[in-house]
Amino acid sequence: MATLTKHLADLQAEIEGYATEYGLDFFTTIYELVDYRQMSEIAAYEGFPVRYPHWRFGMEYDRMIKSQTYGLSKIYELVINTDPCYAYLLEGNSLVDQKLVMSHVYGHCDFFKHNRFFSHTDRRMIDGMANHATRVRRHMDRQGIDKVESFIDVCHSLDNLIDPWLPFRKPQQQRREPSVEMPINIGRLSANADSERSYLDDYINPPEFIEQQRKRAEQEREQRRKIPPQPERDLLGFLLLHAPLDPWEADVLGIIREEAYYFLPQRQTKIMNEGWATYWHSKLMTTRALRDDELIDYAEAASGVTAMGPNQLNPYKLGVELYRDIEDRWNKGKFGKQWDECDDRQVRDDWDLRLNLGKSKIFEVRRLYNDVTFIDEFFTLEFCRRNRFFTFVENRRSGRHEIESREFKKIKDTMLQQLTNFGQPFIYVVDANHLNRGELLLAHRHEGVDLRLNYARDTLRNLVRIWRRPVSILTTVEDKPKRIRFDGTEIQITDEPAAWRVP
Amino acid sequence: MISRIEKDHRRFREIVRGRIRENLRRYVSRGDMIAQKGKETVSIPMPQIDIPRFIHGDNKGQGVGQGEGDPGDPVGEEEGEGGAGKAGEGEGDKTVEVEVTLDELAQILGEELGLPNIEPRGSQTLETVKDRYVGLRTTGPESLRHFKATFKRALRRQISMGTYDPRHPIIVPVREDRRYRSWKAEPKPQTNAVIIYMMDVSGSMGDEQKEIVRIESFWIDTWLRSQYKGIESRYIIHDATAREVERDVFFSTRESGGTMISSAYRKCAELIEREFDPSNWNIYAFHFSDGDNWSVDDTAACIRLLREQLIPASNQFGYGQVESPYGSGQFIKDLTAAFGDEQMLVTSEIKTKDDIMDSIREFLKGGR
Repeated sequence: MATLTKHLADLQAEIEGYATEYGLDFFTTIYELVDYRQMSEIAAYEGFPVRYPHWRFGMEYDRMIKSQTYGLSKIYELVINTDPCYAYLLEGNSLVDQKLVMSHVYGHCDFFKHNRFFSHTDRRMIDGMANHATRVRRHMDRQGIDKVESFIDVCHSLDNLIDPWLPFRKPQQQRREPSVEMPINIGRLSANADSERSYLDDYINPPEFIEQQRKRAEQEREQRRKIPPQPERDLLGFLLLHAPLDPWEADVLGIIREEAYYFLPQRQTKIMNEGWATYWHSKLMTTRALRDDELIDYAEAASGVTAMGPNQLNPYKLGVELYRDIEDRWNKGKFGKQWDECDDRQVRDDWDLRLNLGKSKIFEVRRLYNDVTFIDEFFTLEFCRRNRFFTFVENRRSGRHEIESREFKKIKDTMLQQLTNFGQPFIYVVDANHLNRGELLLAHRHEGVDLRLNYARDTLRNLVRIWRRPVSILTTVEDKPKRIRFDGTEIQITDEPAAWRVP
Repeated sequence: MISRIEKDHRRFREIVRGRIRENLRRYVSRGDMIAQKGKETVSIPMPQIDIPRFIHGDNKGQGVGQGEGDPGDPVGEEEGEGGAGKAGEGEGDKTVEVEVTLDELAQILGEELGLPNIEPRGSQTLETVKDRYVGLRTTGPESLRHFKATFKRALRRQISMGTYDPRHPIIVPVREDRRYRSWKAEPKPQTNAVIIYMMDVSGSMGDEQKEIVRIESFWIDTWLRSQYKGIESRYIIHDATAREVERDVFFSTRESGGTMISSAYRKCAELIEREFDPSNWNIYAFHFSDGDNWSVDDTAACIRLLREQLIPASNQFGYGQVESPYGSGQFIKDLTAAFGDEQMLVTSEIKTKDDIMDSIREFLKGGR
């Protein structure tokens, strides 16, 4: 790694000036100049110079080096969410490319600093990752490489089972029930203390209702005694507390969990983050940084970023177009009750209140939204029509994907479904002492898409390795409620009376 | 220092190798791994090594796209990462092509089948040294002086010294300007092993039988190549008559004559006599047939040829009999009856593709 050459350093100062001028606000940004091997290494390590040893990074590296060598793809830009922000420039890129990358990077840095979903991340994760690496290496020295590595494999297989909202909740107290049970007392309405009206009591407090309430209270108490008291989504955290782990295993699991939470916001804001950076590189380049003779090169590079494969979605393109649409709408005042209620096409097209709120609106959006809320709120019928979105579906007969429809609602639903919970299924820990046999019960909240069954089976196997008792998951397979159970020797799939719902 | 990623990468390669070894039998019988001619590596399609997670299934192939078209129109083929923000997630069915060098492959094969290394016959492992001019140096015999380079050096020196006059461009090289060609000695392995493949292409040998021969010969090739520095392959096809052919022809010819195995053996013997002196060459002969020879007399001729010429000349003679619906499969019985437990003659029956592995082991386990 090398520090920047003189003219690149000058370039950095220049671009940083433009970015500040436009109101972007970022942590100090440090650029490193790397060759393509180093770039692939860093990219395989997800932007960090040091990670714990694991073959998965080697696999990523292998893939990247190959696609670079065959010219299939090139990593342009890499930036990590830390303070100071580190970004990597590829040695040998043309000057225009470097400018473009720098402008793009400032967009990301601003986003990291201000988007609220990043507000809980550890900004000194470079050190964090290095410490994790040291700890894992130490465990490997003591326990043997294979043992630790295969345990990491197991942890990876669970690392999407986390609760996206956990960082925003107050830590729950680990409170036990009071040791003396209070008698259950169902509040009765008394119309009056007046004993003369006691004949009304059966009407005001119908005995069936009282009985129902008592039952519910008892159930609740029963539920409270369970572990967990309510279904919980932070499976990794749950295992850390309750699974029979060796100290080194607990340490490794903790490391994987911490890193999973660190990377989570990036997976929740892919469209927004890339869109924002693309918006800014295009803005900074076209209004400030670009010299006349660089125009063609810039246009080529920039179109590469927002290019779409044959009819597929590109988060860069979708993101930047949404921001531009928002900016335009808020500039012209195309929002609010009046706008929503207007159904005259002509009036809508000519609508312009000259509010010029666009800029402040997009800054607000980048602060408060994530991909789901972003699409939900700003992906409008007009935007959808104008940009020619469609849904596609696989034609079983030909194996081809075919355009299914251009219906707005369907498009938006499909999109949101793919983004919700960063594209992962909702899995809950329901009971740690299922059937009073110490078995772990999980449940999948079915939202219309089945689990990939062969993966689910293998994941169960991995879970049993940690839990050391049978593990089951309730799910729905082709519209039928099912239970998949692994008891350490074989997988069983049985029917369930009803699909599981979050209580 | 080895960088960290190199270690992780090596670890990954080990896993890949492990996978290949585990599934070697399947790969071998499917013929997936046949390398293109002249290439040092094979690509092996392998299910992506992935970490299982609770993830969504294929969602019935649904997704959102952008662009022109009416309902029912096909979407561009590379829909792999169609979903919004889904890049990098949820792809699982894809196979990756893993590149493995032939040497590595031979090693895996050897480990898996427990093949012994071959002790080359004949003491001289022939290796010639060939000189090649590669660069320049400041000393050397005048006969190797590099005029152009010398001239350039002299020109450069004169310009920098200011003694060069463009109007009288006279260049006078001095001792220090002179440059001489330098050479590097490269050991060049001399071919000292030859594999002679013979195949019955009579009417009874169908495509499936030939595929088996093709796969098997690839693996034998791979193994023997890893054992010798240079190796030659020759191909003979025969029905009632035999002729030597190119590799491509060998695998694609289909004739419809009767079968006279002795013709091939005679051809083979001639070839050895003409080109490959058994005292200098390690000779491997493999013959594949469905075992349906024309006549008892011809079989007797074969046995005589084997006993008197081929077996004494070669390190090993392998006979592989593939099963065909037409063949009687008599030949292998005749051979066993005639030679009993002659070590240099190895016979093997290959009924289906699944038997290829065992057959390879039969052929190569002797370590000769």
